Formats: sequence, structure tokens, C-alpha cells
Amino acid sequence: MHTRRRDFLKLAGFAAAVGTTGLSFSAHAKAKIPHMGRVVVIGGGYAGATAAKYLRMWSMGAIEVVVIEPSQQFVSCPLSNLVLGGSKSIDELTFGYDMLKANHGIDWVQDQVTAIDVSAKKIQLQRGEMHYDRLIIAPGIDFIYDSLPMLQSAEAQQKIPHAWKAGWQTVNLRKQLEAMPDGGVFVMNVPAAPYRCPPGPYERAAQVAYYFKQHKPKSKVIVLDANAEIVSKKGLFTKVFNETYAGIVDYRANSMVTAVDVAAKSVTTEFDTVKADVINIIPPQRAGKPAQMAQLNNIDKRWCEVDFLSYESKLAANVHVIGDAVSAALPKSAHMATNQAKICANAIVQLMAGALPDANPVFANTCYSYVSNDSAMHVANVYRYDAAKKIMVSAEGGGVSAAPSVLEGSYATSWANNIWSDVLT
Amino acid sequence: MKNIMITVMTIGLLSPIAVFAADSASLKPDALAHQVHIRSLAASCAACHGTQGNAAAGPLVSDTASTTALAGVDKNHIVTKLMAYKSGASTATVMHRHAKGLSDEEIIALADYFSQQSANPNATLKSQKLRADHAH
Repeated sequence: MHTRRRDFLKLAGFAAAVGTTGLSFSAHAKAKIPHMGRVVVIGGGYAGATAAKYLRMWSMGAIEVVVIEPSQQFVSCPLSNLVLGGSKSIDELTFGYDMLKANHGIDWVQDQVTAIDVSAKKIQLQRGEMHYDRLIIAPGIDFIYDSLPMLQSAEAQQKIPHAWKAGWQTVNLRKQLEAMPDGGVFVMNVPAAPYRCPPGPYERAAQVAYYFKQHKPKSKVIVLDANAEIVSKKGLFTKVFNETYAGIVDYRANSMVTAVDVAAKSVTTEFDTVKADVINIIPPQRAGKPAQMAQLNNIDKRWCEVDFLSYESKLAANVHVIGDAVSAALPKSAHMATNQAKICANAIVQLMAGALPDANPVFANTCYSYVSNDSAMHVANVYRYDAAKKIMVSAEGGGVSAAPSVLEGSYATSWANNIWSDVLT
Repeated sequence: MKNIMITVMTIGLLSPIAVFAADSASLKPDALAHQVHIRSLAASCAACHGTQGNAAAGPLVSDTASTTALAGVDKNHIVTKLMAYKSGASTATVMHRHAKGLSDEEIIALADYFSQQSANPNATLKSQKLRADHAH
């Protein structure tokens, strides 16, 4: 689109950074203002926004970056369970993209992708089309309603929200909990893994239980888990449910939801039908729609197979997939989405300069869960690339907190402030 | 050539590379690959320690209650702390998990990287009211 004069100087630095291409500095410095090409990023969530920023930073402005994102605002899923618990408002988790765009010279198109042609390197938008040299698809998740068709409509979701993408559904669920009388029953589910945010549903159960314990102590939280056991931080959540929220949380393993009666407000599993006052169903998930349009969700027709050195799709050249949509033995977390975005951006800068990506990517994941208004616990791991297996594997030393604490609650707040700032400024 | 090196250092975004470059006339491919490796590993720390080690100002600012800014911190200080977390000589709330997962070389390279980042006061990101037309 445009290259600013200051990019000339930046490129001199860039040449030093990617000097493995063999071009001399002087050749670069005296060349016309170079343009290494255009990367289009579909999606402005944790993964997409991060990829856009780091592409601009690490290419020193030599790569033109265009983000396609339908929403005007970024609403954080991390911490959104605290809205249900009553200690955060949705407005505290909502941000604009202005600083990100201005600080890094990112071109931003507020629009929806309607088609992707990977052979022509072209995407179709509602208002026009766009060509790319490389495409990053950061589509987040899409819900699968095959087994729960009664929840697909907007009307049904008004009554029974998923609240698994933060926003008005989160607010809606909080309002329902506020309106529920003491002695009421809240029923929620955990879909079969893998799904977005492994500890998230259990944190949600704890947050609702925290709210009930303070304000509606005769109420119950029934957790119907499709999995055989708690998927993440098992020992910690078991203790929180059985001790901190004893008499409130009723956790049931191996309880996949098979049907929901929206009007009668009941939830059916293989074994049982449970009547509820408030229901939250988190449906099974797959890679978001743009990944489906490009037909990249080849694993179980749900997730996208990628090369873990570059996050390039195994199915389409010059197309990269990052974030929750990726098929990996990695937690689908916000921190992980930003890590994948950075490895992908780093690789693209190298590839577009004719150099090789980092052959040994290493990154960390830190994930906190709040179990009250101020107390949290972590799971943390370093992951490194295994060249023989060609996947990311856990390094030594990973693990979870001994117990939730207020200190970790403050760390979790700090984590949120830092990751938001990293992604959005 | 020399002018460009100065430019690189002034830009400062890749200062470790600038230092390498200033030391020798030509950049060794190994050293560059190493820098490319370390910058993405260092970027992984940003979720708690901020972009290039510039931690965001949060509601909690005391050393014990919030995570630490790393930009411009003395290299030896970082190495000493991480090595102690790694060996178990010092206890940590979370950082021992990361220190144990890193090689000694990575710890030294990360400390080197963060020590050379300039401390920039961040413009603070402000939250805003959720718009009525937000899709979900």
C-alpha cells in the first residue's frame, strides 16, 4: 500500500537482522525503499493481533501487514469468568485497537472474510478482495451444534448462552445468575477435550460458586463434564470444589450433555435429566470459519495441521494458522496463541527475506485460574521443539501451584495487564 | 558501513545484533540464527513481563505483588536469579517452572537480551465500554 520514508532506515537494520540472505548492507541501504511483501492476517484476537504487531516490529516495517477483523473491539476471554463471579465488569476487559494500529503502522480492515482462494493467493471480503504474499489465519473457534441443534439459534442462546467468547453472552449469563433466587440450580457443562481454555470451565464453576457462597448460599452449581476427569489442574480444582465450595459444587465426571430442553430448562446426559434455573452450555468446538473456508481443518474435521517451525498449514503453501484453531498437544490458551503468533511472525520475516526459520523454537505458557475474587493458581510449562517428532513437547520443570493464593491472584492480574499491553499496544 | 551500524544501534530494536555487528565486519550466520531464536523466546516472556521486558503498569506495583520489568536490568542479576530458581537454591511462586525448562545457554542469552532493551514508559492501554453492536 504505502511505504514511509522512515522505513528506509529501518530496512538497514532489518538487513542486519536477516543478513543470512547474503546481501551486503550497502546494497540494501542504497536500494529503493524496499517492500518485502504483504501479509494479510485474518482475525484480531490474541493470536492475530500479536502476529500483526511482531511482523511489523521484526521486519522493521518492511512487511506490509493488513488485519481483517469484523469486530471494533477486543474483549478478553481470560478473566471473563470473573464477570460471572461479580468481581469484574465486561467493560474492564474490553479494549480498542487504536494503539496497536498507530504504534505499528498496521493497515486495518473492519470486514468479514467470505472466501479464501489459496491457489490465487486472494481473499474475498464483503467489501472487495485482497491479494497476499502470505496469509495468516487466526480464526479462533467455531461451535459445533450437530449434537445440540436446539442451541444454535440466537433466541436459544439468549436463554442458554455459551459465554465462551467473551462479550454480551457473558453479560447475559451474569444477569441470569443475579436474577436467580437463592436455592436455585445452575447447570453447566465441560465439552470433551480438546476445547478452548482447558481449565476455563472449572474456573467458571468456581466463580459462580464464589458468587453463590457470598450472596445465595443455598444455591447449587452442577458441573456436567464430558471428560472422565477434570482436564486441567485436577487436584487443585477437586480440592476447591470439595472444600472451599463444599455443598455448592456438585461435580459429575463422564456426563456428556446429549440434549437440552430450552423451554423447560433441563439438561440431559446419558444417565440423567437435570432441571435448572440457569443453564450454560459450552458446545464442542472446531477451528473458526475462515479456516474452514480454506479447508484447512483436516484433523477430525476440526483442527488445522501445521508445521511447528512456521505454523504454515500442511495443506496450503504460504498460508499459516495460529491460535486455538491449530491441532497440537498444546493447551488452547491466550498465552499459547501469542506464542504461536510470535514463532509464526519470526518465521515469516525469515522466509520473506529468503532465510530459514528458527529451527529450535522454545516458548513458555503460564495460565492462571481464579477460584475467588482475589485468589488464583497457575499451571506453567516451557515447551520446546522436538526435531525428531516435529512437535512441541513439554520441557522439565512444568507444573501447578501447591494451592491457590492471593499472591498468585495479583500475579494473574499482572499477567492480564501485560498480555493485553503486549497484544494491543 | 559504519554509518549503518550506528543507525542500527540507534534504532535499538535489535541491539544485540548491533553489538555483534559492531564487533566484527561480517555477521556470522550462527550468531544471527541465535538472535532470531532468542528474540522469539524472549517474546514469550511478554505475557508477564511486557513487550521487550517493559512491564505494563498495573494496579499492583510493589515488587512482590506484580511481575517484574526486565528491560535494562543488569545481565548478571537476571542470570543469578534464574540459575538459583533452576537449581532450587531460591524458591519462586511461578518462575522456577520456567527456569527449569530453559538451558543454561538460553538463560544467559535471555539475560543478555533483556539487559540491552531500553526501559520505555508505556502509554497505558485503557479499557472501554463494550459496544452495543458487538457480535457475541
